Amino acid sequence: MIEFILNQKKISTNTSPTNVLLDFIRKEIKLTGTKEGCREGDCGACTVMIGELIDNKIKYKTINSCLVPIGSIHKKHIVTVEGLTVNNSLTPIQNSLVEEGGTQCGFCTPGFVISMTCYFLNNKNFVEHEAINYLGGNICRCTGYYGIIRSLTKTSEIINNSEGKTYLDKLISAKIIPEYFKIIPKELKQIKSNKNKIDKPKFVIGGGTDLYVQKWEEIVETKSILIDTKQISNEIYKKENEIIIGATATIEEFINSKVIRKIIPQVKEYLELFGSLPIRNKGTVAGNIVNASPIGDITNILLTLNSKIHLEGKKKRIIPLEKFYLGYKQLDKKKNEIVTKITFEIPSKNFQFNFEKVSKRTYLDIASVNSSIGILVKENIIKQIRISAGGVAPIPLYLKNTSEFLLNKEITNQNIIEATKIAMSEISPISDARGTAEYKRLLLRQLIFAHFILLFPERINAEELL
Amino acid sequence: MKNIDSVHHVRGESIFIDDVKVPENTLSAYVFYSPIASGKILKLDFSEALKSKGVKGIFSAKDIPGENQIGGIIQDENLFAEEEVHFVGHPIAIVVAEKYLQAKEASKKIHVEFEKHKPILSPREAAEKKSFIIPPRIFQLGNTENAWKECDYVFEGKVESGGQEHIYLETQGAVAIPIENELLKIYSATQSPTAVQRTIARILAISMNKVEVNVHRLGGGFGGKEDQATAWACMAALAAYKLKTPVKLILNRQDDIRITGKRHPYSSDYKIGLTKEGKILAYEVTFYQNAGAAADLSPAILDRTLFHCTNSYFIPNVKATGLSCKTNLIPFTAFRGFGGPQGMFVIESAIHHAANEMNIPVSEIQKKNLLKENDEFSYGQKAVNSFAIKSFKLCEEKFELKKLQDEVEFFNSKNFLVKKGLAIIPITFGISFTTTFLNQASALIHIYTDGSINVSTAAVEMGQGVNAKLKRIAAKTLSVDENRINVDSTNTSRVANTSPTAASKGTDLNGFAVIDACNILLERLKKVAAEELGEDDWTNITFKNEKVFDEDEPTTLTFTEIVRKAYIKRISLTAQAFHSTPNIYFDPKINKGNPFAYHVYGTAIIQVTLDCLRGTYETDFVKVVHDFGESFHNQIDIGQVEGGIVQGIGWMSSEELIWNNEGKLLTDALSTYKVPDIHAIPKEITIVPLPYDKEKLMNDEFKDKIGPLNSKAIGEPPFMYGIGFYFALFNAIKSFNPKINFIYNSPLTPEKVLMMLYEN
Repeated sequence: MIEFILNQKKISTNTSPTNVLLDFIRKEIKLTGTKEGCREGDCGACTVMIGELIDNKIKYKTINSCLVPIGSIHKKHIVTVEGLTVNNSLTPIQNSLVEEGGTQCGFCTPGFVISMTCYFLNNKNFVEHEAINYLGGNICRCTGYYGIIRSLTKTSEIINNSEGKTYLDKLISAKIIPEYFKIIPKELKQIKSNKNKIDKPKFVIGGGTDLYVQKWEEIVETKSILIDTKQISNEIYKKENEIIIGATATIEEFINSKVIRKIIPQVKEYLELFGSLPIRNKGTVAGNIVNASPIGDITNILLTLNSKIHLEGKKKRIIPLEKFYLGYKQLDKKKNEIVTKITFEIPSKNFQFNFEKVSKRTYLDIASVNSSIGILVKENIIKQIRISAGGVAPIPLYLKNTSEFLLNKEITNQNIIEATKIAMSEISPISDARGTAEYKRLLLRQLIFAHFILLFPERINAEELL
Repeated sequence: MKNIDSVHHVRGESIFIDDVKVPENTLSAYVFYSPIASGKILKLDFSEALKSKGVKGIFSAKDIPGENQIGGIIQDENLFAEEEVHFVGHPIAIVVAEKYLQAKEASKKIHVEFEKHKPILSPREAAEKKSFIIPPRIFQLGNTENAWKECDYVFEGKVESGGQEHIYLETQGAVAIPIENELLKIYSATQSPTAVQRTIARILAISMNKVEVNVHRLGGGFGGKEDQATAWACMAALAAYKLKTPVKLILNRQDDIRITGKRHPYSSDYKIGLTKEGKILAYEVTFYQNAGAAADLSPAILDRTLFHCTNSYFIPNVKATGLSCKTNLIPFTAFRGFGGPQGMFVIESAIHHAANEMNIPVSEIQKKNLLKENDEFSYGQKAVNSFAIKSFKLCEEKFELKKLQDEVEFFNSKNFLVKKGLAIIPITFGISFTTTFLNQASALIHIYTDGSINVSTAAVEMGQGVNAKLKRIAAKTLSVDENRINVDSTNTSRVANTSPTAASKGTDLNGFAVIDACNILLERLKKVAAEELGEDDWTNITFKNEKVFDEDEPTTLTFTEIVRKAYIKRISLTAQAFHSTPNIYFDPKINKGNPFAYHVYGTAIIQVTLDCLRGTYETDFVKVVHDFGESFHNQIDIGQVEGGIVQGIGWMSSEELIWNNEGKLLTDALSTYKVPDIHAIPKEITIVPLPYDKEKLMNDEFKDKIGPLNSKAIGEPPFMYGIGFYFALFNAIKSFNPKINFIYNSPLTPEKVLMMLYEN
């Protein structure tokens, strides 16, 4: 039995846990405000809010309901566009969209309304570019987005002019969300936790954000296991000289982790280019790794940090990430093994890091080529270096020869140029929808240049390099 | 000032095709289509699939009781493939089952064998093999042969423009419900309700009056549902008719991208001749249109390419040849601009090329050749009330083009890794269906005894706001509150023989019909009011803001009272009116005539910033002077400009269709086909309406040359400002790498940009 609250209604269902949330909402409950636009998390028409009790406090985020197995929403609050208003009123967000021309054909609109609502729910102080980032997973083909952006600003003014003891009260008095939100935490607490135990599962599903794109039709028919944070931790923490990342940590949790930010201060900036917010809210670090896409962004970063994968099956094993990939989508992993955590050694002081990604569209796109570098320089000599590259080989690639060549060398234009030549001999890109092999070669060279131009502007002369 | 649907949109209450409440027993259909681009069907066996769970039937060409034909302009397209398949995605059958997934699963069990043929993929290859949809089309003005001698400079080149997938957020679909006695009710997400009705009748060999097509609204159309919504409705209708059960067919996104048409890719050759001062004397251009495997709307689209091949310029000697090339790709179809953008991109490329070779600013050549009053287009029509010069000049002055250019130059001299690029682009777009007979519409208006009003027309709402505009037109004409008026769904039983809602013409055609119908009703109501007031001359009666006036003096009578009295007096409160655009004609034998009611003009300046290290870019701003006529619905018109520009930039930048050498589309999902997202839009769009001379609007000569309430059509023209993006970016690339060749190949993806930046 799966129990959750949909808007203000408690739902109990015996439907298969692998069923898709979107289908359940539209076909079983017959709430059709949530739309199917692509079934791959690339349009946002199906965006819903999910509220979860964490330490007795409810926390909301947006997810793509087309990629969510219903089993994973037990004891959670799901909010669709129908749940934002009572009677025939409009929320200030809805009203602003109407007034500012933020909707034309209307098909994408409910998804935008949800994303906007979630932004204001989670952010007391309006910052336009952050609000826009919240909408990065919502595609509109009609308006050009200007009316939508205008309505963001307008809504923020309305909230600012509202009163309330707490921010939640303020939102309720501004009618951004209805009053019933206040009693949801209590109601969620009353739902008993659920344990799904399945022998010989067909699929092991973490976030499911890629699995449900590739195989949803197959998955809904199977008995599969949904991994949650109770089974495998999502904690990211420091232990002695190591960083430990629980395998169920989502991409957003990785980005917002203080320990990660300490090592990679610009992680937010880098990984805002990873999928969209609803995807990052659901997709996991381990998922990105076992998915084995040669172009995974997190994988690329973790390769550079020389991470280790902790596997648990009949026995426990630890393997370096760079040894984990055997070939295209082939892993050194037995069927019954699952990733439990990822660890890496904390880099020494003065360690520098950079991540580069170029895709056809800057945001919400998969890279043509990505690359990261971790480097330690003392007195102009490279003491430690690891460079990784994605999209240039059948596997996420650690550029071993390139990195080794640069070790103990000085940072000079000549050495960097030599290094890119070595990189060219290490890679084997293919031509596909993300670019020709020729382009990917040139692009990787440019991204390696970019690492050094950005990190060592005083030592590199860009005009000479290019 | 808002779109009337918007309140329901934001609440998620608007009904789209997949939201229509259907009877419990409604079945789901899944389209089974060809995985290969060209070949002969050797074997087609449904026996295993029929045994699959939930399956109620599988229907293919042999099950069609009428004609297996859905071609509109030319009868060359089957609903289901017969002996051969001609493109990847060519429908072969539909599987109907209790549930969608059952139908899809069963389709995998269909056994089919092909004899594969080598597909033709490029239009030039098709032309070499004389594989054409129609014979070549040639538009000519003056004599280019003689003119070349007069030119100081002649340049030749080649232009490629990529296709474009519509990505309407709502995928295609239809629901067919059998009523009784062969009557079918069809819910279709189509821009062309009558085409759906006519084609279903033809497929089923029943008469059109047995088919009722209802369209609530579309979740975006952009031309993609003009001709290509028909097939899905036909398939659903065929299955519903055969099984006597309601059938729903909704394409999933990937299938929608794979098996529906897109904007035509073009490959073109140009030759342009100029004086040393920059006056264009001659222009020859050959367009190789990739039509795909069937005609669809390609001939009409090719014609519009030819109509707009000189954009906003007067060129005294023009020879434009259009070749509609038949290939083994999906039949390409209408998309905002309808071939116009492809034509305009070539002339702008030719001018850009010439200016760079002659070392004079592009804008100098543009300015020297803008259309003046009474200048002739290559198709014989004269530019009347041309705002080509006025909009260009205003744009230049208002936005200080010279200053912007200087700033860009200064910036580029100071920066090595980042460059800026600027371009200015005028547009001229003809308004009317170039197929003259389509320029007709009708309206049916009922006034109910409580004074509420119901308006039905041929117009389909797809987000462009036509319903809000028609509502406003009716309210203004009747001088009543807008809240009285409901604009009803588009329904072939209420309004017959509808032209597609397309060509930016929806408001113009249907709006005039609404005005006429309102005037019929007004006359009747005025006569009733005159009788009530004892006024002999009913023409002295007027309605203002719901009240009756006699010789401009207010009376106590209201609109509602007069309606009630009319009913008691047995006066009809229903009116139907028909509108056809006057004074337009075109002779396709000589390719001369007066095909457009009027032209829309405008000019835009676009600036981009280019990261020369990574090949990525962003648009700093678009500044536009646009010819709205007199906008009577500002919010909608601004929304069309903003949305059009972003879609136009998408066509020129990240939206790239890639087929492999077997004719399979590789960019067949939103993860690989990238439309602009919220981060990709220009940082700023400024829109300045072109000021209008009111007196001129009242002028008789001008009256027929504008839309209802002196507005102008808005849907398509702004899309073409996006073309300026290409040249702005090209200029930025050129300032980093002055050695690049003048090869024009859109879209300018980051890949192409990087290759150009580092090309030797």
